Amino acid sequence: MGMPTLVTLLLVLPMVGFVLTALVGRRLATRAGIIAVPIIVLTWLIAMIVVYTALSGGFGEEGLHFTLYEWIPAGEFRVPFSLAVDNLTACLLIVVTTVGMLVHVYSVGYMAHDPGRWRFFAYLNLFMFSMLLLVLAGNFLLLFAAWELVGLSSYLLIGFWYPRRSAAIAAKKAFLVNRVGDVGFALGIMAIWTTVGTLEFGEVFELLPEQFHAGEIAPWMLFGIALLLFCGAVGKSAQFPLHVWLPDAMEGPTPVSALIHAATMVNAGVYFVARANPIFSLSPAAMTLVAAIGIFTAILAASIALTQKDIKRVLAYSTLSQLGYMFAALGVGAYIAAIFHLMTHGFFKGLLFLGSGSVIHAVHEEQDMDRMGGLWRKIPVTHWTMLIGALAIAGIPPLAGFFSKDEILGGAFENGFYLVWLIGAFVAFLTAFYMFRLMGKTFYGPSHVDPTVEPKIHESSRWMTIPLVLLAIPSIALGMVLGLPLGEGLIDQWLEPVFEHAQENLGLTHEPVQLFGIDGLIIIGSTAVAAFGIAIAIRLFGFHWPLRGSDTAPRPERVAELTQRAPALYRASFHKWWFDDLNHVLFVVIGGRIANGLWWFDRAIVDGTVNGVGDVVQGAGRDLRRIQTGRVQNYALGIAVALIVVAVYFVIAVAG
Amino acid sequence: MSQTLESYLALSAILFAIGTFGFLARRNAIAMLMSIELMLNAVNLSIIAFGAFIPELNGDAAVIALMVMAVAAAEATVGLAIVIAIYRNRRTPLVDEYTQMRE
Repeated sequence: MGMPTLVTLLLVLPMVGFVLTALVGRRLATRAGIIAVPIIVLTWLIAMIVVYTALSGGFGEEGLHFTLYEWIPAGEFRVPFSLAVDNLTACLLIVVTTVGMLVHVYSVGYMAHDPGRWRFFAYLNLFMFSMLLLVLAGNFLLLFAAWELVGLSSYLLIGFWYPRRSAAIAAKKAFLVNRVGDVGFALGIMAIWTTVGTLEFGEVFELLPEQFHAGEIAPWMLFGIALLLFCGAVGKSAQFPLHVWLPDAMEGPTPVSALIHAATMVNAGVYFVARANPIFSLSPAAMTLVAAIGIFTAILAASIALTQKDIKRVLAYSTLSQLGYMFAALGVGAYIAAIFHLMTHGFFKGLLFLGSGSVIHAVHEEQDMDRMGGLWRKIPVTHWTMLIGALAIAGIPPLAGFFSKDEILGGAFENGFYLVWLIGAFVAFLTAFYMFRLMGKTFYGPSHVDPTVEPKIHESSRWMTIPLVLLAIPSIALGMVLGLPLGEGLIDQWLEPVFEHAQENLGLTHEPVQLFGIDGLIIIGSTAVAAFGIAIAIRLFGFHWPLRGSDTAPRPERVAELTQRAPALYRASFHKWWFDDLNHVLFVVIGGRIANGLWWFDRAIVDGTVNGVGDVVQGAGRDLRRIQTGRVQNYALGIAVALIVVAVYFVIAVAG
Repeated sequence: MSQTLESYLALSAILFAIGTFGFLARRNAIAMLMSIELMLNAVNLSIIAFGAFIPELNGDAAVIALMVMAVAAAEATVGLAIVIAIYRNRRTPLVDEYTQMRE
């Protein structure tokens, strides 16, 4: 079988799974995953073959690129259904299919008692199809279609428990906020079409810089295109100011949060900006904007995560913050670091979310961390794997997060974005702190679990623990495998060709890492900052030291005291900086009034004019109808009178 | 009787006026057709009068008058045929009761 067939199968298999599960799923009852899960495992296997071929250079310099059929043949406007696989796609495929497969397996256990599980698996397969199409798409329009499809699956899965009002509302919110970004994205694609007349990635990325250097495209136009495209990325990856949908998206089942809202779909924005690097790297203003939005989201979300009580919301804000990191990396020109962090984050955040799902299951669907505590003895596998995830995201060497986060900070410093580096380091401190606050509140200290639930707490089934263990492995090792030796690891070898042009455009040279120079200092600095954050969190929220076997008790009185000291900051963080309220005032109240005004204008003025014309004509017709009596003599009288008038006039005017 | 063009034209105008009045005032379809004949004949009379008093029109006037008679005969035939057809359906010769085609 040729490679194009295999790549096509990557799309066909999940689609088949979706259709079959949707058609016969209801009859499968408890075995709803019997089609969906194996088909995704098979997809994973095929993806691994494709990934291996791509990364070992099997597709050559330019990667594999082929057209399945002419999708839209409309005169001048022709869009083929083209798929492309290069090293960047391969990196994404690793994350998407691996996490996707493990989440499918996990869902067998997690959704075991849900009557709608067949629907769940059908949607998951649909999502896998959409996401794979998104990373495999070879032109902008196909990518846009996949972009909307993942949005649809996300909507369906957030609102999976639709009888719950909050879930239905959260689904709508996610969909609408995404639309805001997608408008910009669509306009950006149109702008590309009108400027270069093609939508194929390869051609656009060649023609656009060419025309730019030839002076045919003004810098502001390029900036405009980049800005519009970035709008889409901001929406999908939940960056400020469109970040409000992601925390609410936690209303969906936890596997969905892990797969869609942590490991894959929300990365689409990062992937897309990285894919469009030839456009972005030509516009310094756009790059700065990306970096600014990214790092601002990173610190904003991290500050909110500090005080949230809902375990999944802490993780959601953490995801926002880490995505902000990735955008910051893209903005400063550290593309490889961004994709590296995307991969490691996909694994450890997927792990943390699945772990939180296991915790929530154990304490009977309770998500409030104030009603957990002391769980580590009762659900050991969940605890150990989540501890690995927490250490990984905090950036403790030699776990995965350390390498990728360090590359981002190092990249920001090297490329001269000192402010980004400084804020990034502070965010690393916050990240370490809130992750271990989460660990402490959930697993250590005295139990605050509902006494009626307490005796029933038990570790989750194998379906759920095995994916946790399997995700813990890359969370530990992925950084070392891909990131070592620093600056020249596998990830650099894979992705350097992809970002070659961007690096040239930005005038960045790749310098070897000086372990005993500035790079070494940055590494030590960020590690120290993370360790400091963990230490404070441990002192405040407790810990169980694995090797010593002793416990550090939490000190809630100190937490309360510290909270008292900065009440304004605490409230700001707890209320998420009032962004939801701001949006409510801006769009629901003020926007609603404006809309009402416009509605009145539409009704009274626009409709009034149109209906008025109709009314006048109708009235005139109704009244003028009366002279049509149908009596010949009336008409004849009219003729006679007119004749007399004419005759009199003639006699007076002409003859007289 | 004065032998002037004006007296003939005056007679013609009176006849035409009577015809017009009859056409407008009578409700009987047959009477209306008779009024039309009266108007046509008034016109014919004025044509003949012009022919008799103006030498240049000599001869031509008679031809026009004959033409008018032919047309009048044809029109009377068709008109009467229609009136009879309607009468058979509606059992009335009064035109203001022919309201079928009103909306």
